[in-house]
Amino acid sequence: MNVVNVEDVRVLVMRVGGTNCDAETKRAFDELGAKAEVVHFNEMAKTKNLLDYNALVFPGGFSYGDYVRAGAIWATGTLTRLKADLKQFVDEGRPILGICNGFQVLVEAGLLPAFNGISEIPEATLATNIPIGYRCKWVYVRHENRGNCIFTKNIPKGKVIRIPVAHGEGRFLFSKEKEEEYLQKLIDNDQLVFRYCNKDGEPANGEFPTNPNGAYYDIAGICNPSGTVFGLMPHPERAFYGWHLPDWTKTENVPEYADGKLVFESVMDYLKKRF
Amino acid sequence: MYRAKIEVSLKPGHSDPEGQMTEQSLKELKFSANKVNVSKVYTITFEAKNKQDAQQTIEEMCKKLLANPTKDNYTYTIEEEK
Repeated sequence: MNVVNVEDVRVLVMRVGGTNCDAETKRAFDELGAKAEVVHFNEMAKTKNLLDYNALVFPGGFSYGDYVRAGAIWATGTLTRLKADLKQFVDEGRPILGICNGFQVLVEAGLLPAFNGISEIPEATLATNIPIGYRCKWVYVRHENRGNCIFTKNIPKGKVIRIPVAHGEGRFLFSKEKEEEYLQKLIDNDQLVFRYCNKDGEPANGEFPTNPNGAYYDIAGICNPSGTVFGLMPHPERAFYGWHLPDWTKTENVPEYADGKLVFESVMDYLKKRF
Repeated sequence: MYRAKIEVSLKPGHSDPEGQMTEQSLKELKFSANKVNVSKVYTITFEAKNKQDAQQTIEEMCKKLLANPTKDNYTYTIEEEK
């Protein structure tokens, strides 16, 4: 479908039981002029057409109570009921964003890192945090992408952004035997997007709390080889307005918007040009 | 009818923060716990034509949902229920 005006951009924010970041995510897109809809996955699968939308978001939360593994059940359901449409969606370059639990879904569904297209079995995982525990805090991440990821086009490479995390299973991992090979692929294919760092942009090197979950290579977000599917553990929709910032009440001249807006602006710019 | 018991555990070399925290708590209770590993056990009853078919079904369940090969190993036993 063609987008002529920004208000023609249709964004599907899908939800299931346990999703809890759908409203903020919709608001972020709506603020930029898009028409975002929150639709339950069952309603989507039964009565709607995924291909009527320009972009798809798997928002944060605890889908299906994080049973089995975080994101695993939603991923399986999506692949069973929407696989053909989802493949077409990706092949046509329509953007898919996974935030926190959404990132877990994309990894479990084989949509990320998807080195050779959608993989039948997961090529990575988001394991239990080290140190163990649910971690809800503001962190810094550095933008590492060289221009492939359409969700971060408006963020200069090397820019440090401030953004919150809120998860218990966010430790990005590859299998031990493939971690160096896969990391090299991520870098070579320009799929590495965000790494945890300190406020000066120096990598966390695995050190807590700068790296809040023990993620391999401090990985906070990655995209697929074509840059149109993006998943990240931090929440850009919770860092959208200036008043989202944790110290805004103590700050003079609070900015109208915070760093997370850059992610939504980038994908909206892509959608306006692409469709 | 068959009954399978599937155990999904972390592959060797992967950190087990849940096990480590449990170990620490057991030690605080003065138990001698040298190493704790946590795994998940699923007990599933299901229909299958024969034992071979049952085994194939369980393999598929593990690969498609119950285990992520990046970090998980799985083992199982299958018994016919009469």
